[in-house]
Amino acid sequence: MENTNKRYWRGLEELRNDEKFIKNAGSEFSEAPTENQYESLVDGAGTHRRDFLKVLGFGMAAVSLAACETPVKRAIPYVNKPEGEFPTIANWYASTYSEGGDYASILVKTREGRPVKIEGNSLAKDACGVSARVHASLLGLYDNEKLKGPKKGDDTKVAWDTIDKDITSQLSQIAAKGGAIRIVSSTILSPSTKSVIADFTTKYPTTRHIVYDANSSYAIVKGNELSFGKAVLPSYDFSKAKVIVAVDADFLGSWISPDTYSRQYAETRMVSSAKDGKKDMSRHYQFEAVLSLTGSNADYRSAVKPSQLGLVVSSLYNKVAAKLGGKAIATPAFDAPHLDKAAADLIAAKGNALVVSGINDPSVQVVVNALNNLLGSYASTINLDVPVYFRQGNDIAMNEFVEEVKGGKVDAVIFYAANPVYDHPRGAEIATALPKVALSVSFNDRADETGSLVKFIAPAPHYLESWNDAEPKAGFYSLGQPTISLIFNTRQAQSSLLKWAGQPSDFHEYVKAYWRKNIFTQGGNFEQFWVKSLHDGVYASAATAAPAGAAFTGNVDEAASALAKKYKASSTGIELAIFENIGIGNGSAANNPWLQEFPEPVTKACWDNHANISQKTAKDLGLEQGDVVKVDFKGKSIDVPVIVQPGLANGTVAVAIGYGREKAGKSANGVGKNAYPLAAFAGGFLSFAPGEATVTKTGETREIAQTQTHNTVMGRKSVLQETVLSHFQKDPLAGRFIPKIETSEGKVDATDLSLWNGHQYKNHSWGLVIDLNTCFGCGSCVISCQAENNIPVVGRQEVINAREMHWLRIDRYYSSDAEVGDYTAMEIASENPEVTFQPMMCQHCNNAPCETVCPVLATTHSSEGLNQMAYNRCVGTRYCANNCPYKVRRFNWFKYFDNDNFDYHFNNDLGKMVINPEVTVRSRGVIEKCSMCVHLIQEAKLTAKKERRRVVDGDVSVACGSSCPTNAITFGDMNDPESKISKLLAVEREGRAFHMLEEINVRPQVSYLTKIRNKDAAPKAEAHKEHA
Amino acid sequence: MNIPFREDSKFCSFFPRSKSFLAIFVAILLSTCSLTWAQDSTAAAGAAAAAPAGGGDAAKGETLFKNNCAQCHAASDERVVGPGLKGATTRNNIAWLTKWVHNSQAVIASGDPYAVKIYNEYSKAQMTSFPNLSEDDIKGIFAYIDNAASAPAPAAAAAGGAPAAGAAQSSGPSDLFMIVLVALVVVMLLVLGVLVVIVTILSKAVAGDEGAAKGDFMTRFGASLKRIAGDPAIRSATLWIFVLLVIKATLDGAYSVGVQQGYAPKQPITFSHKLHAGEYKIDCNYCHTGVNRGKSAHIPSANICMNCHGVIKKESPEIQKIYTSIENNTPIEWVRVHNLPDLAYFNHSQHVNVAGLECENCHGDIAKMEVVQQRSSLTMGWCIDCHRKTDVNTKDNKYYDKLVQLHASDSKEALKVADIGGLECSKCHY
Repeated sequence: MENTNKRYWRGLEELRNDEKFIKNAGSEFSEAPTENQYESLVDGAGTHRRDFLKVLGFGMAAVSLAACETPVKRAIPYVNKPEGEFPTIANWYASTYSEGGDYASILVKTREGRPVKIEGNSLAKDACGVSARVHASLLGLYDNEKLKGPKKGDDTKVAWDTIDKDITSQLSQIAAKGGAIRIVSSTILSPSTKSVIADFTTKYPTTRHIVYDANSSYAIVKGNELSFGKAVLPSYDFSKAKVIVAVDADFLGSWISPDTYSRQYAETRMVSSAKDGKKDMSRHYQFEAVLSLTGSNADYRSAVKPSQLGLVVSSLYNKVAAKLGGKAIATPAFDAPHLDKAAADLIAAKGNALVVSGINDPSVQVVVNALNNLLGSYASTINLDVPVYFRQGNDIAMNEFVEEVKGGKVDAVIFYAANPVYDHPRGAEIATALPKVALSVSFNDRADETGSLVKFIAPAPHYLESWNDAEPKAGFYSLGQPTISLIFNTRQAQSSLLKWAGQPSDFHEYVKAYWRKNIFTQGGNFEQFWVKSLHDGVYASAATAAPAGAAFTGNVDEAASALAKKYKASSTGIELAIFENIGIGNGSAANNPWLQEFPEPVTKACWDNHANISQKTAKDLGLEQGDVVKVDFKGKSIDVPVIVQPGLANGTVAVAIGYGREKAGKSANGVGKNAYPLAAFAGGFLSFAPGEATVTKTGETREIAQTQTHNTVMGRKSVLQETVLSHFQKDPLAGRFIPKIETSEGKVDATDLSLWNGHQYKNHSWGLVIDLNTCFGCGSCVISCQAENNIPVVGRQEVINAREMHWLRIDRYYSSDAEVGDYTAMEIASENPEVTFQPMMCQHCNNAPCETVCPVLATTHSSEGLNQMAYNRCVGTRYCANNCPYKVRRFNWFKYFDNDNFDYHFNNDLGKMVINPEVTVRSRGVIEKCSMCVHLIQEAKLTAKKERRRVVDGDVSVACGSSCPTNAITFGDMNDPESKISKLLAVEREGRAFHMLEEINVRPQVSYLTKIRNKDAAPKAEAHKEHA
Repeated sequence: MNIPFREDSKFCSFFPRSKSFLAIFVAILLSTCSLTWAQDSTAAAGAAAAAPAGGGDAAKGETLFKNNCAQCHAASDERVVGPGLKGATTRNNIAWLTKWVHNSQAVIASGDPYAVKIYNEYSKAQMTSFPNLSEDDIKGIFAYIDNAASAPAPAAAAAGGAPAAGAAQSSGPSDLFMIVLVALVVVMLLVLGVLVVIVTILSKAVAGDEGAAKGDFMTRFGASLKRIAGDPAIRSATLWIFVLLVIKATLDGAYSVGVQQGYAPKQPITFSHKLHAGEYKIDCNYCHTGVNRGKSAHIPSANICMNCHGVIKKESPEIQKIYTSIENNTPIEWVRVHNLPDLAYFNHSQHVNVAGLECENCHGDIAKMEVVQQRSSLTMGWCIDCHRKTDVNTKDNKYYDKLVQLHASDSKEALKVADIGGLECSKCHY
């Protein structure tokens, strides 16, 4: 052991430094297999039987060599340890996520100076929800395909000074001759950044700032201007609404600020089985073409073709106006299911009603405003005096820019967080015109679709490396601070702009000065205020003004006539509907494998976008799932595979945006097709319902990577239990299925019989309660779990092979019309099905079937109620996975982390920085599954022990529970009578709480609460008629 | 016999193999004596601790002294960074000392002659101010120093003896046993050799000069060997013994794969724990700042070294390496001695802070190691063994109250780590 400088080699090739060895040193497979080429189950390298002895012999030799000497490992301390930084102890910083108008106040967990997890900041109150996309943005920080420094033309070795000099001199020349300078950006929430742009404009007065949003809400702003003279997005308060009608507004998924809305909405959906508990819910109507996440959670949902959605609003207006004394408008006769009922409920809930629409058409928005005005919403659920700034795009200005640039009237253009060549419907026009612009600069982090066409790229760092601030809502401020030093040679866009404007370029100082001047108005010590704001992450300047009502001055008749011209009561063709999906969003962060593999909540498909078509339309067109079709809109077409989607409006084909990136990186390029070019402009407003399209079969098929193949629950009441509100009000046990077992002494509860002795939990008994009524299926927990537990991404082919690794999945079930017992028919979902989401992870059974079958005791039970998995003991028989009734155990087929066949950021050193050091990175050949974040439990217990106290409720949170925007997941110690979970279960044990598959009596530590729909209790047959 | 001897030499490298067996016997004798002495002194220390200390707050003072002062001052008259504190109370009164501890610079600035003298004597090194220590605290500290000065031997034993005895109890007997065994075997071999020589000489003498007789002896010897070799029972017994030995050796070998007990790599700087932790009795916590806080004990950063070496022994070539490291902003790349595999989770604070274990429990007698060596095997068996045997430190820790109560109701045994889930997989593997 004395010589520590010895070399160790794994083979003679390494010793000799053979060229081939060096080349293959990093890869697990000898040759890169293409899709479907994994020959052997284990590693695909095609190991032959004859090699076995050789390998064995070499292995023995290697082991004995390894046993003789120890590889030298280094322990490298800091030279000068920063204060407050302790290796192996995490530090948390408050910061701000704001990307293209999507906003979240966040806490960033850092270990040894690198961010490893993002959580919501509870001090931000409403804005503390963190979506799947925010969780996944962490991985974006460690994307190795970003530019490593500034780029001039094709030169990536250029220095900042050089490009600064070039750009400044060109800008001065252009400004001197009065040439047009344009800054094109997505929504900017940061007031300091806007001030920087103002400073830049002062220096170069010919500058104009153009803002556009890929998924625009400009019509709402315009509608409010026409109706109230206020060109703003109002703040909505769903928590005050008793009746909500949403027309094509996916407010739980992709509309404006879903995290805030879902939190408010969940408040109205919470019920309790306690005697004096809350027993009322809001009622939610949804009219839409695509089955959105919001529609899936609605009490009443109607599928309406895009060309008729405007009429839903006008008809609803007339029905309400007739009762509430408003002026009737001229509108084509139109009826949709539930329209009368919705109107009646809205009238009854006057003062507590809310109508929202996501249709980007100002005439529709004016009618919606008139309707809300009649319902008195402006004094309760809508606040025009506290505007939100999540969408600031101006479609008309952007179109003007496209014309300008095409006409060669623009001399300089700077793209800031914008990629219009990809995400603007007229991107192709911009692409052809861009090379003609004398000076073009992009701040994007890579040479993307737009960036590859500009002359200079001045890459800006990731938001976790940057200073920033945000004003998402009037009077509500948020600060963003860097949580890691710059990874590459990048510079913040604001610093670049300041530098080019000839000002000091330190944006940190700039933000501070801006806050001192504009936000710090109360007097006192600014440093204290600054430190506190940085610590809290958020600062609210004053109490939010209560909605005070507004005087409606809009012209409803004018709007109605415009509406009547555009929307038709009858439509026969196939209409195109473009929508934003929850994971990928608008596609700006598409090079993120976590998001690519995130199953879209409703279709459960990933790694592709599809042509979603209803069951009837598919039949009419002779299409089947997986058929590749050409969707053609006015000569622009894309070829995408078909997904047969129940609940979609008949005669509609729906395609998601955000896919079809060409220059984003390995994970995104070529995944799906770009649907933006199919969108159109109606009166200057971006329309995602452009009109009729043709759908033709190409004859090809493409397999769809779907994580769930069974669509309905097949009548298994023990899996999903649900009821309607009126039944629940009468009996908290309504909808519960309590299985009975026949014995010689008559029927007994399934849980009364057991072959097992059970476990005694003296210390803690950790458990989860999941409220199916407030789980909307958004999937934030899925990505949170992935980030926390180092879950690998497996790629499209492996998802098709059903080998996805997510420890936590969300099962989505449709209802079926079929008779109970007709199992073939029961597998087919209804035309417009009810949808239920059910998060599913290891249930930590007390009588665990997996534990008894493990031949090597790799999975055992702990004294705290956890089903534990020792990876190092597992030999990979997979008996446990076979015996698991919930199918939550995942087998590692590959060594995903060191394998270039899985090039999803985890196979390079930078990508590996995202790994949570508290959780083992599993190798191939072992089973893994939800550990109930045992590392967080252990950490919290240790903290309590060090403080010589008991663990109190709230000390421990699990990744899924803490990330849930609606608090649907409650985690805690069921042995602690003071814990939230104990109190919840005390109430619900004789009410809504059930265990999944109770009849097999495995006694899980995870309970679910029944789903309750605020529907009229009607016999099933009647409900059908209404649908038809 | 070669193998155990080599193993043995690893444990006690201070026995040169070439020395005579007599030396070994003497060594055994000595170490037995020292063991007895250590145990005695532990008893003495125990008695000393039990006896009420003069100042009344000397016990508290001892803790304060170790946490705050011991890095730079010895309780004796030995010079560490600052002067030895023995007799400080006779040199100055408590009021002066309090002022000095609270803010030494103020005392120097006031022109106090003794203060200025001592400041200059210690090359104008500033003493850290301790404004948080109350007058009672300071009185306690000096009460402890005075106690320690009046009874130096038991105090020293109390500091170093107890853990040493603990270590000796856990590993000493087996070392001794090995030494005795080896010695006995060697003696037996010697006796055997002597006997063979005697037999040869005797048989030669008996046979006289008859060559035939010699031939007879050899023939007889050969024949008897042949007879033995021809016996199937003996043959199969030999074969079985051989096979079993091979199997045992293989199994032992397999179990020891990756076990680095005794690993003592050469470090980039010849830092001596014997000097720092042994002679100067610097608290482990002073440099390994993480032991009470987190998972890692922390290898000290270079700036911690500079707390003392900014003043002391600046010229030493080894210390110069630290200076170079700071100047070039390149960290010192120490060689990791204790390599726990990634799949096992270990947290220092759980063991040191919560369980109150001494570092020596696992790391051996660091205070005597010139070069740090891995003393424990760090195998799972070793962990489990300790978790089975060790009582949970439940004293004054409300976390355990309920567990202790429940345990007491159904068992008379003490609460062991194993009783509260200390053997469960997910305590260390996740």
